[in-house]
Amino acid sequence: MKFMKNMNKTTKQNMMTYAMVIVAYIVFQTLSVTGNLSSLMQGLLVPLCTYSILAVSLNLTVGVLGELSLGHAGFMCIGAFSSAFFTACMKDTITNDLLRFIIALLISAVCAGIFGILIGIPVLRLRGDYLAIVTLAFGEIIKNIINAMYVGLDENGFHFSMKDSMSLNMTENGRIIIKGAQGITGTARQSNFTIGIILLLLTLVVVLNLMNSRSGRAIMSIRDNRIAAESVGIDITKYKIMAFAISASLAGLAGCLYAHNLSSLTALPKNFGYNMSIMILVYVVLGGMANMRGSIIAAVALTMIPELLRGIGEYRMLIYAIIMIVMMIFNWSPKVKEWREAHSLKGAFHKKNVKEAK
Amino acid sequence: MALLEVKNLGISFGGLRAVNEFNIKIEKGQLYGLIGPNGAGKTTIFNMLTGVYKPTDGIITLDGQNITGKKTIEINKAGIARTFQNIRLFKDLTVLDNVKVGLHNSYKYSTVAGLLRLPAYHKTEKDMNEKAMELLEVFGMAGEAEQLASNLPYGKQRKLEIARALATDPKLLLLDEPAAGMNPNETLELMETIRFVRDKFDMTILLIEHDMKLVSGICEELTVLNFGQVLTQGETSVVLNDPEVIKAYLGE
Repeated sequence: MKFMKNMNKTTKQNMMTYAMVIVAYIVFQTLSVTGNLSSLMQGLLVPLCTYSILAVSLNLTVGVLGELSLGHAGFMCIGAFSSAFFTACMKDTITNDLLRFIIALLISAVCAGIFGILIGIPVLRLRGDYLAIVTLAFGEIIKNIINAMYVGLDENGFHFSMKDSMSLNMTENGRIIIKGAQGITGTARQSNFTIGIILLLLTLVVVLNLMNSRSGRAIMSIRDNRIAAESVGIDITKYKIMAFAISASLAGLAGCLYAHNLSSLTALPKNFGYNMSIMILVYVVLGGMANMRGSIIAAVALTMIPELLRGIGEYRMLIYAIIMIVMMIFNWSPKVKEWREAHSLKGAFHKKNVKEAK
Repeated sequence: MALLEVKNLGISFGGLRAVNEFNIKIEKGQLYGLIGPNGAGKTTIFNMLTGVYKPTDGIITLDGQNITGKKTIEINKAGIARTFQNIRLFKDLTVLDNVKVGLHNSYKYSTVAGLLRLPAYHKTEKDMNEKAMELLEVFGMAGEAEQLASNLPYGKQRKLEIARALATDPKLLLLDEPAAGMNPNETLELMETIRFVRDKFDMTILLIEHDMKLVSGICEELTVLNFGQVLTQGETSVVLNDPEVIKAYLGE
């Protein structure tokens, strides 16, 4: 208890976030091992981790840096395809599954991070709506390019085409790795819930530690007041790009997790389109700006609810919308906030303290 | 040699000549005032001194170093810090963190050290906390260190802005209307604070102000600006009794 008292408020909050994830892991893993989890829920575990990672990483751009990005699914797409491509190429060369998966994770993070920097340099000169439009376009372009891309491998090396698989001109024993709209097939399904949770924890460590460090303060100072930040000597461009690139590479990790959870990976609008980007943004907004725990809760709730409501058929989306509105009011309405403070345990305790102090 | 020397500074926005032939010389340790009616170009001069605007002509020298046309962050590193007319705090950060952002360039560790919580992180953060608390104590705000900056009362927000500017360890401090929106009591307190800052940190201060009680109370020398031109310069008591200055303020 004394140890808890010595920590400051943010450290306590962060510890609670980690604890929440670990407890959720233990509960779901126990249910899963003892066979008490429906197959539907089993299938949802890895996507839940994926969406949570995406939500936390986007929150770094939107909540901490304060820039609206609608291209987050694009970075996830890059991570997914670069890692699946690597796995497909190295299937026979690196036989240790775990080692190959770890390298794939690194590659996805690095590729998405590099794209984050490349996109960030021109795009971060824009602000607000303009930035949103350009990042939206970026996400769509990435998805469409990958949709039209053919890459094959034979003993002469890689063959590349944007037309069709015939124009790759490969020898007989060549094999096509990325097959246009059919994407990458035959990826080993190496993602599992444990890996997902480890990656989610890693993402949280990166984002929360960043927020409580010198660089994180610089990033948040840019969000709060760009002109003042400059006047005290903060390098705006550097820290903007840093936040954007870290956010992108974490989305790349989520992409890798996603790709290795499916046996065939395609760049459909459903997975990597703007709908997905906006979905991630919805998690962030509902969960609260710069509130990582909120992002995770929102991502989990909004992924589970439609699945759990399948029983009521077509009313599903109606209920979903109502739940979103209620969540929004619960989180952000000033009156509800007041009520929550007055009725929470902490609030009651605080009031007592104030009375005593008087 | 003067700490700040500005020669023939001028800026045009399209056809509008906002500041013309502006000269000033500020010695180390001086408390200097820049006054003038609304729209005279005072804040424009501050913005040129801090690199927000690039002057069209003229030379700015700080401590022998030519800083004309440099970027804001370079000028801050060279030793000019400022506050703003409309308060610009990092409102969603705590009071302590506001000051720590000011310490950004004097206490360094790499981002990786921050992410991995290496020893350098713990050590530097501890030093930063101590230094920041020291500054807050000077301004009597150590008790509010953990509050959000936006929750501070107005007068303390102004003080926090000064504390944040001082955290960057400047040679010259620019205060843009520090007493704006303050009641007479707060203004008196602010005068004490400014004088105290000058003595304690051995600081050179240039301030813009409309409150004549404050100006006559603490400024040693004044420059009066009207329509982008220097009207008169010199010792405070002399300048304030100049009929030209009275005319510029009150009209004929």
